[in-house]
Amino acid sequence: MENTGLRKRILKFFNRHENLRSFGVLSPCIFWIGIFFLLPLLFMATYSFLERGLYGGVNWLFTWENYTRFVDPLYLKILLRTFRISFLTTVILLIVGYPMAYRIARADKRWRNILLFLVILPFWTSDLIRTYAWMLILRDTGLLNGLLKYLHIIREPLSLLYTEGAILLGLAYVYLPFMVLPLYASIEKLDTSLLEAAEDLGATPFWRFLKVTVPLTKSGILAGSLLVFIPSVGVFVVSDLLGGAKAMMIGNLVQLQFGPARNWPFGSAASFILMTIVLLAVFGYLKFAGGKEALEEVR
Amino acid sequence: MKVRGFFQPLTWFTGACYLFLYLPICVLVAFSFNTSRFSVVWRGFTWEWYIKLIQDPLVLDALKNSLIVAVVAMILSTIIGTLTAYGLYRYRFRGKTVFDGILFLPIVTPEIVVGISLVIFFVLIHVNLGLKTIIIAHVAFDIPFVMLIVRARLQGMDRTLEEAAMDLGADEWTTFFKVTIPQLLPGIIAAALLAFTLSFDDFVITFFVAGVGSTTLPLKIYSMVRLGVSPKINALSALIVSVSIILITIADRLQRKSV
Repeated sequence: MENTGLRKRILKFFNRHENLRSFGVLSPCIFWIGIFFLLPLLFMATYSFLERGLYGGVNWLFTWENYTRFVDPLYLKILLRTFRISFLTTVILLIVGYPMAYRIARADKRWRNILLFLVILPFWTSDLIRTYAWMLILRDTGLLNGLLKYLHIIREPLSLLYTEGAILLGLAYVYLPFMVLPLYASIEKLDTSLLEAAEDLGATPFWRFLKVTVPLTKSGILAGSLLVFIPSVGVFVVSDLLGGAKAMMIGNLVQLQFGPARNWPFGSAASFILMTIVLLAVFGYLKFAGGKEALEEVR
Repeated sequence: MKVRGFFQPLTWFTGACYLFLYLPICVLVAFSFNTSRFSVVWRGFTWEWYIKLIQDPLVLDALKNSLIVAVVAMILSTIIGTLTAYGLYRYRFRGKTVFDGILFLPIVTPEIVVGISLVIFFVLIHVNLGLKTIIIAHVAFDIPFVMLIVRARLQGMDRTLEEAAMDLGADEWTTFFKVTIPQLLPGIIAAALLAFTLSFDDFVITFFVAGVGSTTLPLKIYSMVRLGVSPKINALSALIVSVSIILITIADRLQRKSV
């Protein structure tokens, strides 16, 4: 019974202070995210301004060098490649994902849930395994080359793996659900009477799509693009397994510095640049798409 | 809108997209039962690779590690995420928008950034890398997902039941445990299952914060892949994908259940 007495006293205390009560409920999250997410990011930022020490350590001396190294054509090339691949992935998925989302949104209700679920399913399954599956298909002795040989289309295997094209394919594969889900959400809300109105007023299907459907589903287009672009910029697994050493992206550069190269400050700087790109994309999106509702859309 | 017909190009296009989504996984599963070790040609059905898998002590060890990490991370993140969702739903306070934005950060931050920042952090505070550090990292990225799922449930919840309980004299504590939690339960279980899946499947962050002797299944797969494609990897991958599919299906059913 003492327990309930204590409980009552604690409750009474909290009842008088709503702010404290909310803090009590939220404190585990504040603690965990604060200490194990935000604080490490701060440490990483600090590291990016330190000198590299011997044997992978750091010297606590300030330097810009880790950032100025990016002027080197070698690293500029990696940055540019990362942008090119991420941008292309986003555009490809927009072109593929829009019709797909449109069709799902217009499907019979009983089919719609199943179709949606089939998009959500890969979203939650391992990227590593889904990328590995493409290795089985694309490698020199893989399924695709085997098939082409069997059909006498080729004699020598095509080198499909370890190319930029393979990375693009892998990224499009892994992130297709990220594009389709927000697009679906906005297309489903589309008021079809507006489309009928456009048709009645003589709009051809093409202009109706461009002038009515696209503007009305802008939020989904922006959200989907953001959700594809962000993880593509930071990708590591897909480019590592399908691109290899020939087509390095920022993520692979970071991994290299924290792995074999043992240059943590330089890796931190690369990682910080990556984080900055992501945050700029998010803020740009929020500004374009308009604040809080836009955040809801992404979810 | 004439897009419904079976013979419409749009329908065919969408069908092709689904084929694109699922064909590689089907190939993977099919190969895991193929007798032939190196060739892509089908030479007959076998369980051999699965049997080899369960006889490999390193794989079993990785499975044990993965289960420990995923279960502990699931429990902690479900509790913390549910409390957070409730707090954000129930209370108004200054800085709520900022708090919301910060919770959004772990979702958009590239995994590799999270991984290396954590490894710097652990090294600086002299914590040895191992299962402990993996769990800490997983809880951090699971919390926002749990929060979002439970919050969606809270928004669809009938608030009058809570008010009725309070009017009948229940304090906030009792109301929370006897009225709110039971209503949220399907959502909470769904969130827990998804947190488990996320944690069980995570590779990138785990890759950085794992130490010697704390290899999880995805790490094991990665190190096997580096040595080359093998039917054993196919079998292991097929098993992991099956577990994910089962858990996600249950979670999806629970989330659809009306409040």
